Amino acid sequence: MRIGIVCPYSWDVPGGVQFHIRDLAGHLIRLGHEVSVLAPADDDTPLPPYVVSAGRAVPVPYNGSVARLNFGFLSAARVRRWLHDGGFDVLHIHEPASPSLGLLACWAAAGPIVATFHTSNPRSRAMIAAYPILQPALEKISARIAVSEYARRTLVEHLGGDAVVIPNGVDVGFFSGAEPKAEWQGGTIGFIGRIDEPRKGLPTLIRALPEILRRRPGTRLLVAGRGDEREAVEELPEQARSQVEFLGMVSDEDKARLLRSVDLYVAPNTGGESFGIILVEAMSAGAPVLAGDLDAFRQVLDGGAAGELFPVEDAAALADAAVRLLDDPERRARLRSLGAKHVRRFDWGTVGGDILAVYETVADGAASVATDERTGLRTRLGLARD
Amino acid sequence: MTTTLLWIAVAGVAVVLLGLYLSWTAGRLDRLHARIDAARAALDAQLLRRASVAQELATAGVLDPAASILLYQTAHAARQAENEHREVAESELSQALRAVFAEADAVQAVRDAPGGPEAASELTAAVRRTPMARRFHNDAVRAARAVRRHRVVRWFRLAGHAPFPLAFEMDDEPPPALLADGTGVTDDKGRKWT
Repeated sequence: MRIGIVCPYSWDVPGGVQFHIRDLAGHLIRLGHEVSVLAPADDDTPLPPYVVSAGRAVPVPYNGSVARLNFGFLSAARVRRWLHDGGFDVLHIHEPASPSLGLLACWAAAGPIVATFHTSNPRSRAMIAAYPILQPALEKISARIAVSEYARRTLVEHLGGDAVVIPNGVDVGFFSGAEPKAEWQGGTIGFIGRIDEPRKGLPTLIRALPEILRRRPGTRLLVAGRGDEREAVEELPEQARSQVEFLGMVSDEDKARLLRSVDLYVAPNTGGESFGIILVEAMSAGAPVLAGDLDAFRQVLDGGAAGELFPVEDAAALADAAVRLLDDPERRARLRSLGAKHVRRFDWGTVGGDILAVYETVADGAASVATDERTGLRTRLGLARD
Repeated sequence: MTTTLLWIAVAGVAVVLLGLYLSWTAGRLDRLHARIDAARAALDAQLLRRASVAQELATAGVLDPAASILLYQTAHAARQAENEHREVAESELSQALRAVFAEADAVQAVRDAPGGPEAASELTAAVRRTPMARRFHNDAVRAARAVRRHRVVRWFRLAGHAPFPLAFEMDDEPPPALLADGTGVTDDKGRKWT
């Protein structure tokens, strides 16, 4: 199968959607499919052979933050050329509703189109205003995929219609086979994520730390991620600070080893998550998970069966649950085995198979993807010459 | 004099713009109808695949006679059903499949038979893809209906003689034992098939 994938965000910036596309493309190529990914990238960024650059994304303020988007005639022309040269059997667009490459591709293409909706943003004014513009483009999508039941619900509320739920994939074997690191073991709690991004919830965990240390002295908190380390521990008493270790940005290998080593992984996120891939990675590595009770997390944790939940931003509840889990090796062993069983549905073997099933469903008997030669008034009146 | 000419010109431009808009909307509707046709063909293919595998299993002699007859009967009815009875017949096949493959033993019996693993994976693929195809079809139907309800489309009869699109409603919940690898798609009510 010839598959064209459109990535809406810069290839040179790390992010969940980019990683998902990279892993999906790798998985499909290993299965013998021909894959081409169109992504925004600086011209001098080294790209894997299957990625085609759609030009540099322009930083513009959008939706409350500065987003890097692709738009304009140059980008549109590149999209059309890529579609034309590719001759794809199926086109897979990610985030078709964001005003970037996804929407441009949706506008320019005709044929079997699959779209994955990653975010579950609350309905914005811009979305309501843009609805009549978006709708004709989104109508072309033959099959919609939502990454979680939560994302599907928002999609149905905002745009109508329906979608199948296929979760993001994780290479379970990579995490379960990682080697634990001795210096990260022994009464450790793990946290991975941007330090200075409040939504990732590190402040809640820091507030819970004194209580955890009071009841279990010697517990260490390992933090992996970018951000200002000094500011993060400002509120902690002096002796607690030494129990927090900052590892900075870690490689994929070290991330897996960290998750293999810790006694407990805590995800204190406060919102804005539509999936929670890090929880799946933690469970794949066999780390017991304690997470904030967000819709998306609750679903990834199988309604709370495969990991424990605490009320969002409730530091006292977090400390309680963490101490209880650290005191109870049997409960942790049980969570480990439940988690290991539960993550099989997120393995690329399963997820990739489901995505291919969607491709085949829409591509069966349909013509291949082409650029959308909008039939003008002339053709419809029979005036066009061939 | 010049004002009259100006008004004629304005009216002319308005008519041309309206024509362009109508033409564009008609094209959009045309594409939506084509999408429904493609989605319906894909759904038909999946349903037929599912009924064929079920019938094959029923006649293969790997299941007990009662289960075989039940499966044969419903699969046959699903394949032969007229359009207006199709939804009911296919739902009954779903129920029969769930009843026959309620236990992991039945799935194992199929897998153990010669050629069984292929048949089992074909059936698994069919029961998993049917709900997908149906969801994509109904999504296309909803999009077309939204456009067709538009005033402009009704007044200018842009839909032509194309029949008003109807969703395909059926019970397509697959047998849990077939999806025992712990994977599943969630259904309309958000329950998970595991």
